[in-house]
Amino acid sequence: MAVEKRALTCIVCPKGCAMTATITDGLMTELTGNSCPRGKKYAEEEILAPKRMLTSTVRVLNGELALLPVVSKSSLPKGRILACVEELRKITVLAPIAEGQVIVTNILGLGVDIVASRSMPAAEKD
Amino acid sequence: MSESYDVIIIGGGPAGLSAAYSAWENGAKKILVIERDRELGGILQQCIHNGFGLHHFKEELTGPGYAHRCMELIKDKPEIETLIDTMVLEITQDKTVVAVNPKKGLLELHAKTIILTMGCRERTRGAIRIPGERPAGVFTAGAAQRMVNMEGYLPGKKAVILGSGDIGLIMARRMSLEGCKVEAVLEICSFSNGLTRNIVQCLEDYDIPLYLSHTIVKIHGSERVTGVTVAKVDERMQPLPGTEFDIECDTVLLSVGLIPENELSRGLDLKMEPLTSGPVVDQRRETSKPGIFAAGNVVHVHDLVDFVSEEAEIAGKFAALTAQGMLEGELKHVEVTTGDGIRTCVPQRLSLPEEGETLRLFMRVGAPEQKVRLEVTSGDTLIVSKLLPFAKPSEMIALNLPAEKTKLISGDLKVALKREA
Amino acid sequence: MNCLREADVVVVGGGIMGTAVLRELSKYDLKSILVEKEPDLAMGTTKANSAILHAGFDAPNGSMKARMNVRGNTLYHILEDQLDLDIKWTGSLVVATSEEELATLRELLERGRKNGVGGLQILSAEEVLAKEPNLTKTVTGALWAPSAGVCWPFAAALSFARSAVQNGAEIFTDCRVEGIVVADGKVTGVKTSKGLIKTGLVINAAGLYADEVAKMAGDESFSIHPRKGEYILFDKTVADKMVNGIVFPTPNKTTKGVLVCTTTHGNTFIGPNAEDIEDKDDRAVTITGMDRIIASAKKLLPEIPLGAAITEFCGLRAASDSGDFIIGKSRVAGLLHAAGMQSPGLTAAPAVAEELARLVRELLPMVHLKKGFQSILPKKTVFHRLSRVKQAAAVQKNKLYGRVICRCETITEAEIVAAINESCGARTVDGVKRRTRAGMGRCQGGFCGPRVTQILARELGIPVTEVLKERADSHMFYEKEPAAGEEA
Repeated sequence: MAVEKRALTCIVCPKGCAMTATITDGLMTELTGNSCPRGKKYAEEEILAPKRMLTSTVRVLNGELALLPVVSKSSLPKGRILACVEELRKITVLAPIAEGQVIVTNILGLGVDIVASRSMPAAEKD
Repeated sequence: MSESYDVIIIGGGPAGLSAAYSAWENGAKKILVIERDRELGGILQQCIHNGFGLHHFKEELTGPGYAHRCMELIKDKPEIETLIDTMVLEITQDKTVVAVNPKKGLLELHAKTIILTMGCRERTRGAIRIPGERPAGVFTAGAAQRMVNMEGYLPGKKAVILGSGDIGLIMARRMSLEGCKVEAVLEICSFSNGLTRNIVQCLEDYDIPLYLSHTIVKIHGSERVTGVTVAKVDERMQPLPGTEFDIECDTVLLSVGLIPENELSRGLDLKMEPLTSGPVVDQRRETSKPGIFAAGNVVHVHDLVDFVSEEAEIAGKFAALTAQGMLEGELKHVEVTTGDGIRTCVPQRLSLPEEGETLRLFMRVGAPEQKVRLEVTSGDTLIVSKLLPFAKPSEMIALNLPAEKTKLISGDLKVALKREA
Repeated sequence: MNCLREADVVVVGGGIMGTAVLRELSKYDLKSILVEKEPDLAMGTTKANSAILHAGFDAPNGSMKARMNVRGNTLYHILEDQLDLDIKWTGSLVVATSEEELATLRELLERGRKNGVGGLQILSAEEVLAKEPNLTKTVTGALWAPSAGVCWPFAAALSFARSAVQNGAEIFTDCRVEGIVVADGKVTGVKTSKGLIKTGLVINAAGLYADEVAKMAGDESFSIHPRKGEYILFDKTVADKMVNGIVFPTPNKTTKGVLVCTTTHGNTFIGPNAEDIEDKDDRAVTITGMDRIIASAKKLLPEIPLGAAITEFCGLRAASDSGDFIIGKSRVAGLLHAAGMQSPGLTAAPAVAEELARLVRELLPMVHLKKGFQSILPKKTVFHRLSRVKQAAAVQKNKLYGRVICRCETITEAEIVAAINESCGARTVDGVKRRTRAGMGRCQGGFCGPRVTQILARELGIPVTEVLKERADSHMFYEKEPAAGEEA
């Protein structure tokens, strides 16, 4: 039986409770420091399957700017964020792009699309 | 080009765009938004992270996403014109706006009302007097953000970030994702001014240490930054001798505060408030000069763009009504003063009609607080009171005062914290 | 070593002194070359000093310093128009706060009159406060010198340089002197990092390094020590809380003291301290230095709005071991010195240049004044100083005047492009700043720095990642990380 203690800061509300979770075999068995049930739910999720939204950029050709900002449609497993960023580095798209346009479908097979977070008109020719 | 407008709005960021839309909704027929950058949207265009818009658009957006929503609002409305790549050089007392633009040259534009929405700028190294030479590699966090997110260049490979406000935290994550090693975030205060969510998701996720009560006491390097010396500070924020240590880095990002950008306001001789560094406004966001309105970060620095939009809509509405001559009638003028615990409050003045007017106060506390009561009084009359479970200087407090309450205001309004016994 | 050039005179050092000499020499039928080790001109002492054109009452009667100071001040009044120099003739005050100090002022007045300084006058406390209402109320009087002013030193050096180039002189930057060739006790050439320049005459205006240059020719008659001076510069918006002109404290034996002074562009600075150091490259601002100048300045100006500071910087004065200017012939034939040019070196520079040109003519008696010397440098367009009508015309002619890049100082893209493409043009971000003031305002380049970098890249035809702030290795930006396994 593996027991570990982990310090967590609750981010549900601005209060930011400092919590300590006891984790037994990967499961949270005890939590101290939280002020409400929402804190407990947050801690459970952070321990079991932490998720994060990803925002980054991809290169864009023929656009008004050199980069296109992108965002994940929903959150991704925290542990795969860096791999996703690495994947995005390989991508170059061509302007014009519309806001919300899918840039990567089902990134790394995680079931989440990466979409453009703004539109990118083609560069005006002088 | 010389033209006349009902409302001219200086600055095409979220405040300017929201003000334009609101002016349009309130009947203004000729509205102009002037933006100095090559596109509308302001600083949001470089804030590619998410977390914007939950209050205002009821969905979580990225900065460009929020900017896009604002631009959609003013799109295809013949009453609203925009000028980009255009710098306002001067606003004269008679509300003539002198601006310049490469394509149209020097412009002289006349307005019935003007809304100032120029936003804010970052404090720089000079303002905080960091010793050392002046090598390349010292950037404000916002300048670095623009390079990384819009222009496609990295400010460096190994960074130390001074200041733990949200911009500093967001940049710590952004630089990490772009392959730059962030060695530390330093905060001179004993508490971070950033959101807890950002401390967890921007620092802890990337194992970036946050040093509270620490600052940079020297920047090393004469050509490019080679490192910094860091020291712990005492309660008066003075470095403690003997606590110094060095961190090797090629980049220092400064996230040491924002200042409303009021060059044009000063030219107009508007009454300014030293604590916010912005013009004094009433609840309609009219400045000390009739017909000149101001909203957003130019009035006081916000932490939520949602509040910027809200405030700008107020300014847009009253600028439009003023331009149409629809605001006649006697107003009662009172000052809003701050008492114990409250550092700033906007508006600083009220101009109330007889029947009262619904308004919202935006305040900041001076230090972190817990379980305090926020009280708004006018003379001996308690107008509103609200329990705050906690309050942080970095988080603006918004308080509604309905018209039936503001009707009760007889003299100057005072906002203060009352600590529970 | 390859032979780069042959010249009649080689000037070593591209600060105010070297460029003033080069411009003076360009009046004559001479092949003159200036070499500067840095990537730009005016990067040493000229870059960071008090920028004051002194009246000339400080230096002892009959000294070289006194003569050169008073003459130099007169020359700037003439050069101002010819070279489009940015000078404000503000006058200066030396403020006394006690009876003893008033006595010192009377000595200064006497000394100044003997030095030939015009218009000197002792003012009463009331007269002083009428001129400078923010000064300490403990003031007992002041010495008023109407002929003093403030200038823009690096722009002045660049104007001297560009005028010289206009008249046929040549300038090499990034060109370090590595040796001076002496044969039979006479100079025959200068070895530089770009090759050998054959010449019989070398003018040593190498500032902090003038002793090292002299040594290369075998002249070890003097040494130069760096004396550090730190400054704090304030935003224009607090100018009304500061001073209208130049305000010195009453001097003591070693220094003129920490002053409070306006700049030609309407900012205010306090400083400098004076600290003798060893390292000629140590330009670090220190906490003790800043604390000291703040404390000293407060004695003159009790309420200093410290929150409005926009930058702090440090300059190194080139102090000679004798304390006086070292001007004239070395014992090595063909070597002339313009060394130890500490205060009032900036003021004296054009007068010292005349003196050196006189010596050059003595050594090269066949040399004559050139026909067709152009004394006037074409005026630069400074957009924000134009009338609205002229601004409109400027944008019509060149649309880049319509794009403001530096919003603090209202500097347009056209001015930045001109500063890059003119003679002795800018090659670096700081070079653009020194020529145009883009980045000198309250945001200190926070907003315009990246844009200036991009304009430099475009105009110079180099990648953004190769643009430098100042010297080699001062890169502004790097390429983003490529994807793993991909070529950069």
